[in-house]
Amino acid sequence: MAVARPALRSGAASRPPDGFRTVTTVVSLAAPVVLVAIVLVVGSGALPAIRHFGLGFFTSRAWDPVRDKFGALPMIYGTVVTSFLALVMALPVGIGVAIFLAQQGAPRIRAAIGTGVELLAAIPSVVYGIWGLYVLAPWLLIHVSRPLSTRLGSIPIFAGPALQTNLLIASIVLAVMVLPTLSAISRDVIRAVPSGMREASVALGATWWETTWKVVLPAARAGIFGATILALGRALGETIAVTMVIGNRHDIPTSLLLPAYTLASAIANEFSEATGTLYPSSLIFLGLVLMLVTLAVNVIALLLVRSISREARV
Amino acid sequence: MTRNWRRQLSNQVARLLVYLMAAIALVPLSLVLIYTVVSGLPALTHLEFFTNVERPVGIPGAGVAHAFVGTIVMVGLASLMSIPLGIISGIQLVEYGTGRVGDAVRLACDVMVGIPSIAIGLFIYALLVAPLHHFSGLSGAVALAVLMLPVVVRTTESAVALVPGALREAGLAVGLPRWRVALQLVLPAAVPGVVTGALLAVARAAGETAPLLFTAFGNRFMIFDPTKAMPALPLIVFHDALTPYPDLVRTAWGAALVLIILTLLVNVASRVALRRQISLAAKL
Repeated sequence: MAVARPALRSGAASRPPDGFRTVTTVVSLAAPVVLVAIVLVVGSGALPAIRHFGLGFFTSRAWDPVRDKFGALPMIYGTVVTSFLALVMALPVGIGVAIFLAQQGAPRIRAAIGTGVELLAAIPSVVYGIWGLYVLAPWLLIHVSRPLSTRLGSIPIFAGPALQTNLLIASIVLAVMVLPTLSAISRDVIRAVPSGMREASVALGATWWETTWKVVLPAARAGIFGATILALGRALGETIAVTMVIGNRHDIPTSLLLPAYTLASAIANEFSEATGTLYPSSLIFLGLVLMLVTLAVNVIALLLVRSISREARV
Repeated sequence: MTRNWRRQLSNQVARLLVYLMAAIALVPLSLVLIYTVVSGLPALTHLEFFTNVERPVGIPGAGVAHAFVGTIVMVGLASLMSIPLGIISGIQLVEYGTGRVGDAVRLACDVMVGIPSIAIGLFIYALLVAPLHHFSGLSGAVALAVLMLPVVVRTTESAVALVPGALREAGLAVGLPRWRVALQLVLPAAVPGVVTGALLAVARAAGETAPLLFTAFGNRFMIFDPTKAMPALPLIVFHDALTPYPDLVRTAWGAALVLIILTLLVNVASRVALRRQISLAAKL
């Protein structure tokens, strides 16, 4: 009895019809379709500004809605400086927390601290904003910024007169906001380091710190780098909290104690009052730049973190 | 001997530093919580805060009832749009998501979570607000739905994936079609995890300001019609905090406290639901 056995054939052609599969697959395409639409719609909104300014947009410091002259340099500067400083501040704490959380023992305390750090991510950004503006900013001005500018004012980055809203406080608020991203992912990568490596190191007589510093952290290096880049993506795109504390001034201050601007805060602040064609389009252009940069940063970070978890599984 | 002593010392110093970092990490959380409670309580102790709408500066009895309504309407509409879509996409990822489509959906979701929320506001502005020439609660809801979708998809996927394969096989073995296995056997077993994901997405949406700035825009009046500009709690915090009037700033702190209470409640609830999911999965 020669009966054909179609089940051995692979591929869609041999699959029995499955309406459920078709329907769910079509529905699940919503996410990629929306993503593509975001890029296309924002890109087309930016077209007038792209045509008018071209690449000169990135090197111009002008921001003159009356004469229709716009440039992104101050905002790019502010975004890069605040994000960089935020990472510098958050990295040691984030990795310290991750090492602490990845250790064995005392599960209650570890769970409590882990929950505490995760809750940082749950607090709405506008709450960080109002807290930064009314609590942190006055305190920072009296206890940090003013003393810095009077004693170390000759150093350009601490030159005064110090103001309440400035690059420094924006960086500090951002550092707090990226901390949960940094520590949660770093903890996972550190946990994923094979315990055999740790045990081998301890068996050779290494102390806990020598094991952590010379064996565990180097093994988790790429993943921690990925976590850092993911945190960078969060910091670059953070809008409301930064808008409330950075001072919103179209300027490129060398001093950290002076107000500045970021890409996201310029959009948040000015978009609803932007009139004409070129003004709103320039703001959308800022948004497009911000979005493409964060997209690139996120994809790199995801690939790094994924490659780590895949290695760990093997 | 001295070398060992030095190694022990640096070990202890490093251990201390790690503990110190863990302690430092809790400082900002406690400071934000303490100051928001202290500054927000005075506004919350007046019942008018929950029943009245905004008043002009200087007139007592201002409230944020309109913002409660706005947030509930917009987050509700956003949930109606994003949660069913997200749950079906999550099921698809587990049941059939091994191919190229599944990879594309996963990558799109992971990338979408990282898109700055202000860019989503711009997207919806260009898509829905500019062509219709007016701000609306509906466009705000769509912006929030775009934010929620990837969160719901990925959490549903991980919750459904936790359901043991034996349950699925048992259903298929008694001859149930795939859709009944997925919707009537697997999904009910994954409910706590799915609810967790939906709750987290709702909490995230309720606290977002940036995507609402030029979609819902805000409003000083009680509005139930989502085709008009609508107020929201985060918008009140943002606008009122930046004014020089102590009354408005107090209202802003009150609204901020309400937002924090909401998000913390949802987070605690989602943790409970997640724990139940894990124990349920262990039982099955």
